[in-house]
Order: sequence, then C-alpha cells, then structure tokens
Amino acid sequence: MTGPNSTAAAPPLLAATPVDISISGVNLSYGSNHVLKDVNLEIRPGEFFAFLGPSGCGKTTLLRLIAGFNEAQSGEVRVGGRDIARLPPWKRDVGMVFQSYALWPHMSVARNVAFGLEERPLPRAEIARRVEAALDLLGLSHLADRRPSQLSGGQQQRVALARTLAIEPKVLLLDEPLSNLDAKMRVQVRRELRDLQQRLRLTAIFVTHDQEEANTICDRIAVMNDGVIQQVGEPMELYERPANRFVAGFLGTANIIDGRMGGQGTDRRFEAQGLAPIPVPTTAPEATGLMFRPQDAMLDDPSGPDVLTLPGRIAQREFLGGTIRYVVSCSGREVLVDRPFQSAMTALPVDTPTSIHVPRDRIVWLTA
Amino acid sequence: MTRLAPAALWWSLAAIGFVLLPWHMQQDGLGPASLLAVASGDPEAASAFAQALRYGRWWFWPPLLALALAAPAAFGAGSRPARGAQLAGLAGAGLALVVLQAWTIGLRGWTMPSLTALFGEMGDRQFGIGAGGALAGIGLLFLTTEGLALKGRFGGDRFVAGAVGLIAACIALFTLWPVAVLLSQAFAAPADVSIAGAFWDRLAGAKIWGIACLRGGGACGVAWNTLALALATATSCTVLGLAFALIVTRTRFPYKRSLRLLTVLPIITPSFVVGLGLILIFGRSGIVNQIAESSFGLNLGRWIYGANGVWLAQTFSFTPTAFLVLIGVVEGVSPTMEEASQTLRASPNRTFRTVTLPLMLPGLANAFLVCFIESLADFGNPIVLGGSFGVLSTEIFFAVVGAQAEFGRAATLALILLALALAAFFLQRRVVGRRSYVSMSGKGDAGLPQPLPAAVRRAAIAVAVPWAALTVTVYTLALAGGFVRVWGRDWTPTLSHFARAFAIESGPSGLIWTGAAWASLFTTIKLAAIAAPITAGLGLLAAWLFSRQRFAGRTTLEFALMLTFCVPGTVIGVAYILTYNVPPLELTGTATILVICFVFRNLPVGVRSGMAALSQLDKSLDEASTTLRATTWRTLSRVVLPLIKPAIVTALIYTFVRAMTTVSAVIFLVSAEHEMATVFIINRAINGDYGLAIAYSTALIVLMMLAIGAIQLAVGERRIGRRQAAPAAAPALVAGASP
Ligand SMILES: Nc1ncnc2c1ncn2[C@@H]1O[C@H](COP(=O)(O)OP(=O)(O)OP(=O)(O)O)[C@@H](O)[C@H]1O
Ligand SMILES: [Mg+2]
Repeated sequence: MTGPNSTAAAPPLLAATPVDISISGVNLSYGSNHVLKDVNLEIRPGEFFAFLGPSGCGKTTLLRLIAGFNEAQSGEVRVGGRDIARLPPWKRDVGMVFQSYALWPHMSVARNVAFGLEERPLPRAEIARRVEAALDLLGLSHLADRRPSQLSGGQQQRVALARTLAIEPKVLLLDEPLSNLDAKMRVQVRRELRDLQQRLRLTAIFVTHDQEEANTICDRIAVMNDGVIQQVGEPMELYERPANRFVAGFLGTANIIDGRMGGQGTDRRFEAQGLAPIPVPTTAPEATGLMFRPQDAMLDDPSGPDVLTLPGRIAQREFLGGTIRYVVSCSGREVLVDRPFQSAMTALPVDTPTSIHVPRDRIVWLTA
Repeated sequence: MTRLAPAALWWSLAAIGFVLLPWHMQQDGLGPASLLAVASGDPEAASAFAQALRYGRWWFWPPLLALALAAPAAFGAGSRPARGAQLAGLAGAGLALVVLQAWTIGLRGWTMPSLTALFGEMGDRQFGIGAGGALAGIGLLFLTTEGLALKGRFGGDRFVAGAVGLIAACIALFTLWPVAVLLSQAFAAPADVSIAGAFWDRLAGAKIWGIACLRGGGACGVAWNTLALALATATSCTVLGLAFALIVTRTRFPYKRSLRLLTVLPIITPSFVVGLGLILIFGRSGIVNQIAESSFGLNLGRWIYGANGVWLAQTFSFTPTAFLVLIGVVEGVSPTMEEASQTLRASPNRTFRTVTLPLMLPGLANAFLVCFIESLADFGNPIVLGGSFGVLSTEIFFAVVGAQAEFGRAATLALILLALALAAFFLQRRVVGRRSYVSMSGKGDAGLPQPLPAAVRRAAIAVAVPWAALTVTVYTLALAGGFVRVWGRDWTPTLSHFARAFAIESGPSGLIWTGAAWASLFTTIKLAAIAAPITAGLGLLAAWLFSRQRFAGRTTLEFALMLTFCVPGTVIGVAYILTYNVPPLELTGTATILVICFVFRNLPVGVRSGMAALSQLDKSLDEASTTLRATTWRTLSRVVLPLIKPAIVTALIYTFVRAMTTVSAVIFLVSAEHEMATVFIINRAINGDYGLAIAYSTALIVLMMLAIGAIQLAVGERRIGRRQAAPAAAPALVAGASP
C-alpha cells in the first residue's frame, strides 16, 4: 500500500450528489445558559465549511445539533432541503468524526469500519467490498486486523475517517479532528482531508479554533463568538473585510481606532480622540471605528497621495525574523506596524519620533 | 413492511391480556386449561373481555374501548406525530383505567367507603390481578411510551421512552406505592378513636420518645435508642475506617493488602454473623466469661446483650464500609496540594492538620452518614444481641410478628425510621454535593503521596491493628462455634451441626436431602439466581439512562430511584406486606414477592457498578455508533454492553451474593413454602441453637467466597478494587447499601 491517495484494485466509494445544509433561526440553551443565539447559515452543496471561534463559543454544540445529539429550542436545520429536527441521529445521512476518534476498543479495525454497513444492513459481500474500499482509500488495508489500541494516533484518525466514509454519508462533520496530532502530521492529514472531500464531493463541516487550519483547507468560514455567527465568508475575504471588531481581531492582528462619523455630505469625516478629523467619502458607512493591518502601514514614507497619517513615537520593537514589529505610541494609542527586516542599521531605534501612513484603500470601516 | 411494527406488537400483547388470558390471579397457577379464559364458565377464571361480556363486570369496558380505539394508530395509519398522539392518549387512558379499576374495586366491592356512599353497594368483587391483567398492563405501558416516542418525545427514541416507562413503573409500583400504603396505615385508626388522635398516640408514645433512662430509671424510647446507637456506630466506624484508610494509602505498613481484604467481609457475611461471634466470646457461656469465671471467680454478667453489644457488633460490621469509602477519599486528596503547603514551609504535622484533613472533611462526613444509615437500617445485629434494648427496626418486627400484629404501630415506627433515614440521606447529598474540590485534579497531577506525620501514623496503627486482629478473632470464633458440641459447656469437636444441616442420604430413589438447611438453601439460591440478572439488567439500564440520556423528568426519576435506595429494609418489609396482602397485587407468600424484594433492595449495586463503568467509557463511543446508523438499542448491545462486560459480571455476582445474605426486608416476606437461609439462621439463633446457626453461616460464607473468587478470576482483582475505592461515581448510592 502506498498511501492514502493510491487508487488500488477495490472500487472507489461512490461520489455522492452533494447536498446543502441550511440552518435558520436556531436557538439552543443548556438550562439557563443560552449557547446558540439565532444562528442562520447556508452551507452550499459540496462545500468544505469551517466553524471557527474561541473556546466555548458553541461550535461543538452547533455541530452536534446537525448530527442529532442536541435539540434546539427553536429554529430549523435542513439537509438537502429536508427538515431533520425529528430524525434521530441514525436516520440522518450525517457522518461524524469525533475529536477522540471514538474507535471501539473491542473490535478490530475492519470490524469498526464494517459497523455502519452491518447496521443498514447490507449483504456480506457488499460489506466486505466497501470495507476494503474504505480502508484502501485511506491506506489502511494492512492494518485491517489490528485493534485500535495497536495503532498510532494518525492511523487511528484515519480509521475513524474510514469508518465514517464507509457509510457514504452526505454530510461529513469533523470536530477538531486534527487536534490530537503533532504539527507535521496535522499539515499532512489536513491536505488528505481536503483531497478526499473533493474526490467524494461531500459537504463537510470542520470545527476548529485554529485559524490557519480553517484558512488552508476550507472554502468558507463562519466565525462564531459567544453563540453568535459574526461573519461568513471566504478566508481572504474575512481577513480583508472583517465585518466587526471581533472578526478583525480574531483573524490576524489588527489596529483598531475607535471614533465616530461627523459632518454631512461632502464634509463627512471620521473623528477620533487625539486625531485630526479624517475626511471620508459619502459612501462610507456609519462607522464607529477604523481598522488596518500592521503590514499595511508605512513609517515615514507618505508616498501616494491618499494616506492617513498618524504622528507618534516608537515605543517598542520586536524582531520577528522576516519582519520587525514596531509598537508606535500615537497620542495615547498603541499602533502596531510591521516592516520587512532589511538590516539592523535601517531599523528604527526606540524613542524615535515617527509618523505612520496608511493607504486609504487598506482601511476597513467598522460599524460594529 | 415485513416485520410487525413495535406498536402493533405491544397492542397485540395487550389484546391477548384482555381477551385471551384470565384477568385475575388463579389459585393453581396457569395451566393449559386457563388459556380458555374467553369461554370459561367461572367468572374468576375468565378474561377481562369475557367478564365484561358475560358476567356484567362493566368496569372492563372503558379500558377495552380505549384499546380498540388505539388499534388503527397501532397498526400504522396516519402520520407519525398524529399516530403518536393517538397512541399515547388512548393507551395512556387505557392504562389509567386499568389502574383505576384495580384500585377502587377489591375483595369487598368498592375499596373506599366514599365510593360506596356515592355509587351504592357494588354487589360484586374482584381478586388480585393475574396473568391477563399483568400482560395488558405491560402492553398498554409500552404502547404509551411508543406513542410518546412517535410524537417526538424522548428525542423520538422508542427504546429510551420504553426504558424510562419501565423504570418509572417499577419505582411507582414497588417503592412509592408501598410507602404510600405504609403512610396511610400509620394514619388508620380503630373505629372509636379519631384518626389524628390514634396517630398521635402511636407517634408520641413513651415507648418511642421516653427519656426515662436519662433520669436514671427505666428504658429510653426506641427512637432515642436508634439515634444514639447510629451516632455512636457512625463515629466509631469513621474513626476506625480513617485509620485503616490512612495506613493503606499513606504508609509502608507491610500488611496493607491483608487490610484491604477486610473490605470484602461485610459483602460475604450476613450481618448477624458478627453478633453470633460476639455471643460466643462475651455471651453468658462465651469464652471470656468462662475464663473469668474459672480463673478469677468473676461473673461478667450479660453486658453484651444490649446497647453495648449492638454497638460493638455494628462497629465490627460497618467499619469495612467506612474504610471502603475513605480509601477513595484519602486517595482523592491530591498530593500536589500537600506539596504546595510544604513548599510554603509548613511542617508535615501542620500540613496534615491544615490541608489534608480539611480536604477530607466532606469525605469523612459522607462516610459518617453512610455508616449512620447502615446502622439505622441494621436488623441482624440488634435482633441477635439487643435483648431488651429495642431499636426501631427490631421494634417494627416485633410489632408485626407479636401476638397483636399491630400493623398501625409498625407503620408508625417505620415512618419514624424512614424519616431518620431520609434526613440522613438528604444531609449526605448536600455533603457529597460540596465534596467536589477533593477530586479537583487535572492530568498534570503527579506528585507522590506524602507520608503521614509520625504521630498520626503511630496513632492510626495503634488503633487499626488491634481492631483488625479483633475482627479476625470474632469472625474466626464465630465460625469455630460450628465445630464444637455445645459452646461453653462441651468443647468436644464435632461435625454434628453440619450433619444436621447438610445431611444427605441415599435412598432407593436417589439422594435424599435430609439436612435441615437444604430446603432453605435451595430456595435462596434459586430465588437469588432469578433475581440477580433482573437486578443487574434493571440497574445497568437505569445507570445508562441517567448517565447517557437527557429527557424530560430525568432528575425527578433519578431522585425517586435514589429515594428507593435509602428506604431501610425493615420499612420496605412492612410496607410490602401491608401492600401486597390484598388485591390488586396479592403477592404475599409467593416467591415473586421475594424476588421483587431482592431486586429492589439490591438495585443500587447494579446502578453503582453501571455508573462506574459508564463513567469510564467516553460518550463519543456510543455517539459514533449512532451516527453510523445504529439505533439506540443496537448501540447498547453492540458497543456499550461488550465494553462494560466486567461491570455486568460484577453486578450479577454481587447482587446474587447480597440477595443470599440479606435479612432485614425478607424476614417479613418469607413463608413456610419459601424459607430463606438467613431467616432460617436467625430463627435458630433466637432459639439458642447456635451450633446449627453457625454451621449454616459458615457454609453460606464459603459459598459467597467462592462467588466473589469467581469474579476475581473473571474480571481481575485490580479493577474491582479500584472501582470500589471510587466513591465519587455515585456516592449517594452507597447510602442504600443496607444489609
Ligand atoms: N452538556 C452541556 N451542559 C451545559 N452546558 C454545556 C454543555 N455542553 C456545552 N456547554 C456549554 O456551552 C457552551 C458552548 O460549548 P461548546 O462545546 O459548543 O464550545 P466549543 O465552541 O466547541 O468550544 P471548544 O473550542 O473548547 O471545544 C460552553 O459555554 C459550554 O460550557
Ligand atoms: Mg468543541
């Protein structure tokens, strides 16, 4: 066996007709703890989707709602257009890979994978064929007779995946499936995951609180905080145009300056404490803050006419390898600026007076 | 659809119960002839349908109608929720009607004077419920839960719905109802006295609450006796148990393993064995008395019969229980907390006083309350040693078996005992609830257990070692008593007691079991063997339901089950005879009542081992199975049960063993036909026939040791040890572990 991507003798698993998932108006509480608050989501057919958010924000809860382990107090979950609220877990065409893998220690790898097929039930020959196909797909054929306790973490993870894929679910749910793997394994397995999902044309939901993981393999991401969906979008879109302070801060580093809009018509401007009013176009939203990324700011280089300028002084600097991060103190605010590292000579020393310049088109207006 | 839908199956079962089988209990059991119940010429042998049709027993029409109306829904017409609503409504109504008729129409017509006043004389009567009624009830119950599941309750899961229904029905039928009957009996009055007056007389009587003994003359009331005894026993057991636990977990004492063996003693020995042992040592013709008499001419008297003796016996009996609870508590104190204290320059002594002890305090309180409850419920020791020192459990017994058979008084006493047990139980729940910080230790919780300060260690060893030696002596002598002719008078070694108990002769038609003990031994083994799988199954089901499922009313049900566990055995015994002596469930004198009693007395064992095993099984293991299209039942049988096999074996054997050694409740329920080993022994002991009693006890203990040995082989000693040492799994359940 060569690896998970080998296409060997056994016939491949069926590529499913992908389904969409639509979640609308979902509210869920554990007792008095309101965990999911009016969640609305449209997940497209065949999409690799991620729930991303800090610990305790309700990602697992939402995933388990789709799987059928949690019951919402209100709202609707539709898979392929069908309301699944009344269906028990075993009647939903949903496969789930658990963070702990949940392999049954009293069954061999092959028996674990066969389990879901036996439950259907399918004829024996068919089960054997599909088990072989699933094991082969993940490069596990030589481990079929082992017990889960005799496998490495990565192998166990693949068995869990094979077991889920064997039943050909329409939806694949993954709850932090990579968190038990070491860093190198994680990169490898997540590529395999993406590859599999594409080949089988599954709709997959991936839960993580690691933004790099979400960014690298997912088509779109829903950022959650405290049970509320903050923003849904493609990874780059979320980074470039965060909808609010939380998303801006959660995905990468952000400089945020609070203030408010003033003036009318052509005289509209953004006013913030200790800052000269910034003229803004009439089309700009009623923002309560502006945001820019540290690498978008320049120091003492007002090239280009359309820049925002902030005078300040270098308070600290951190050498990060390829870049230098300056902490600039501007009228009581701390602003981060990342500049490429050229040489120790050109790096600005602490306490140097300086001014920050941000191109207008790199500024994001925040309304929330 | 090739298979019959479950709803249709339950409907058919109920229909068979209503139409084909005799509704009422049949004197000579169910023969093939009774299957003709539709056509029976005797109204009492007829099915409900026949009784309604041919003998004018109109009260069967409403439930029959409900069942008939439920047929379309049961056989699958209409949408799921609509069918579910119909089924739940109609079958539920049918069940309620069945219960109502059983409850209101008894041996002498209407069971309540108010009903007679309302509807006039009934002019008819009915006996206890039989096969037909039982089948109909079961069918209707599960038809109802099926309907609820179809409606979407219990997550739409019919298995969970059924399991909840089953457990709720069991608790209602075999705990709540008997206790309610007990309550009503306590308030029942002779015709010439007002109800409140009679109750008050019985409740407040001097025999219960008198304090004459404090003023120097006469005896105190039994309630005070019971309380004082329980407090004394709990204190001594907790102190001794703590000493043992500290030695076993925190010292390098060389005989630790042997000390641990002590914890098995209360499981394998009937509770009165210690009492017998004490009589043989300190009794009138006991060894100590004999020696004192012959060498010093001293007459030590009968001090062992009474409060002292019972206290001593209970301390012997329950110290191992406290030990068991406290091993877990001491092990639960994270060594890192003590290390932290020492790095802050506290001496070992100070650390022990200011960190270790306070951390153990809730655990100590728990152990105290467990022993308190055990002492309240104990029946074997006071009956053997109590003499004129009465406690509630023995007083209840004498009220029932005494010449006047004062059930009202027995019920009142039982009520007081129940109140004490409940109070201790609630206290214990609160203590255990706050206990959480003892086990608050994450994964990185390494650290070596700190050795005890020298003074504490010496004190613990000084207390525990003599006591352990004494325990072994008492047990040894108790058993030695079976091997001499007449203890105290004729020390000739003999096997004659064993011969009397277990003689076997070979007659012309094979072996004849002529020994006096065989009959009761066989009955006990048979009934315990029937009860064990039921207990283990029901207990594990309850454990699974409460640890794995979320459903409406879960906390209530869990609470009711816990309450079941803390009702003392004597209380259950009295409640059972009061309840099941009369229709609708006439079970007194049958083997069924004994099996039911075993099951409900020992359910905690099943629940506890199930909880412990399930808590070690990650929940995602069963969830993975359900996402792979296995239904709840399939998941249970293919994933959960195979993984908790050791717990199943343990539960099976422990429930068997405990059924064999229990005394308190069954003593009320035995009949000439179904005699129990322990009751047989107690009766012999009460009559002074110690030789036979002890010979029989010895045989029982050996049998139990074999059974326990079998689990050790099957499951492995280490796992059991660990599981027992973990009181955290279901601490409150320990409370129900009365002998
Ligand atoms: N069974 C439960 N009962 C009560 N509260 C719960 C339960 N499960 C989760 N919660 C609470 O619901 C909230 C959301 O939990 P959830 O497990 O969905 O978080 P999460 O986003 O998956 O976090 P993590 O990244 O740490 O896994 C948390 O505040 C948690 O404490
Ligand atoms: Mg989670």
